[in-house]
Amino acid sequence: MVDSKHQWKAWLYLLPALVLLAIFTVWPIINTIRLSFLEGYSIQKELGGAVFSFGLGNFEKVVQYRDFLTCLKNTILLCVLTVPISTILALLIAVVLNSIGPLKRLLQTIYFLPYVTNSIAIGMVFATMFKMIGNIGVENEYIQTAGIINNIIMAFGGQPVNWMNTGSTYWANMTVMVVYIVWNALPFKILILLGGLQSVNKQYYDAAKVDGTPKWRVTTRITVPLLSPMIAYVVITGFIGGFKEYTSIVGIFGETMGPPDDPGRLNTMVGFIYDQMGKYNQGRASAAALILFAIILAVTLVNLYVSKKKVHY
Amino acid sequence: MANEVMHNMNVKNVTVKQKAFGIIGTFFRYLFLILVAVAVLFPFYWMIISSLKTVTEYSDPVPTFWPKQVLWNNYVQAFSVGNLGTLFKNTVIVGLVSTVLSLVITVLAAFAFARLEFKGKNVLFAGLLATMMIPGEMFTISNYVTVVKFGWLNTYTALIVPFLVSVFYIYLLRQNFMQIPNELYLAAKVDGTSDLKYLWKVMIPLALPTLISITILKMMGAWNSYIWPRLVANGLDHQLVSNGLRNAFTDASSGQTNYPVQMAAVVIVSAPLFLVFVFLRKYIMKGVSRSGIKG
Repeated sequence: MVDSKHQWKAWLYLLPALVLLAIFTVWPIINTIRLSFLEGYSIQKELGGAVFSFGLGNFEKVVQYRDFLTCLKNTILLCVLTVPISTILALLIAVVLNSIGPLKRLLQTIYFLPYVTNSIAIGMVFATMFKMIGNIGVENEYIQTAGIINNIIMAFGGQPVNWMNTGSTYWANMTVMVVYIVWNALPFKILILLGGLQSVNKQYYDAAKVDGTPKWRVTTRITVPLLSPMIAYVVITGFIGGFKEYTSIVGIFGETMGPPDDPGRLNTMVGFIYDQMGKYNQGRASAAALILFAIILAVTLVNLYVSKKKVHY
Repeated sequence: MANEVMHNMNVKNVTVKQKAFGIIGTFFRYLFLILVAVAVLFPFYWMIISSLKTVTEYSDPVPTFWPKQVLWNNYVQAFSVGNLGTLFKNTVIVGLVSTVLSLVITVLAAFAFARLEFKGKNVLFAGLLATMMIPGEMFTISNYVTVVKFGWLNTYTALIVPFLVSVFYIYLLRQNFMQIPNELYLAAKVDGTSDLKYLWKVMIPLALPTLISITILKMMGAWNSYIWPRLVANGLDHQLVSNGLRNAFTDASSGQTNYPVQMAAVVIVSAPLFLVFVFLRKYIMKGVSRSGIKG
């Protein structure tokens, strides 16, 4: 179409993008793999003239860390808890939202709001909602205010829970995280699922109406199967996002990644990688990142396999 | 005769029943949706009223749902204690420069991929798309090493350059450019219009919605980015908003946090995002539904 004399022109247009991508996107893929096999690699040491030998030391060290297992456990637990909860809730909200007339657009806009937030900033808001103020977990403990969530629980006759102060339990901490992550994950899922619902062919519903099919059957036999590609999509992206959970925890618990008396209790895989980098140990961080990548890849493949069997059409 | 009346009554009964069910059903549907809306909005409400309370009122055992005494001074304090002015300046510089540069580079690359012919185009494009599968952490580690080697630590360059070009945005814009009929391009060629002029006069206006989506997502990305700036910018001189926010309001020696002032800072940081959302909702939702990524 365009004669080949002008090929250089195309490369000129591509030049800035390709140079930057080569240095900051393509090279890192190769380099991270290289660094992960350099024993104890650190850029600070390299600049000091150190030479590193090849080996599997980084991987061994990473796997042997007790912290690593904590991080892995936290990450998997957060994924397993938040992805199903947020997906089912989003599906429910999208189906109900799609069935109403007035206020639909307003509600849709409200539900999208958590998406346009800074996860550190709103994490801090959630922290103030769950936090007790006073000196908790020490002798002569007194509580000034139990926090609005506890106030609400007490208004319904329940007992206040120590969600995240000194002396709080692991599961109380986890509950706070799950609530925040689900709250944060809903907008995207609702947006995608509602978009899917609106593109479903109305003829199926008319046919069901003619047959007198009950409503719940219409939902389980028509809506969900037709929506299955979108459901698969939000589940897969949910898992990928879940395995990278980090800033939401910083938002709620701060950089200590845990309650005051047990820092690091809620640390995640990504948190582990950045901790290693903070300790000037980029080799070990690279090894951890490769392990994370392998896990994400495996989970995504399993997801794709399952959805291939379950997704209709 | 009697049978017919019976039948009619039955039909009536059924429709009345259905209607009653319909009304109750609608009621519960709205109840559910409104409860969800309350749960979504409550943190925002709590953030705003907390930001206006005095410290004593905030830590009152009995919560108040509207501040007894509205304390605007918290906002003034948030600005000075949290150094929000400097953080805003840094974030705006990084956000603007990286958005503008990224738009220029993305437009040029997308144009080449969409309209120009050259050897190896498809292979190159497929190769770039493949890099999108790699999780960001792998880029971050190596880019940190590169930035240290280049001596870019604690500079704006380190904050702007490494994540300037996104394969995803090139892809998005290329798809948009491809929808513009090729005949327009050929007609422009016959008229002797240069490529750049065609790009500027025809393609950019036609692809404007996508370009706006990219701009908003990129700006939001700068506003919300936390991990990369934390690694490469330690001092206040180059720190971005999210980094300064978390610890600024906790007194280092006593560990006490002034929550109302902290919430005021959170409101200040959240406000621009909401303004953008209110005015440009359409573009954000469109961009997000196609990308599935935050920021």
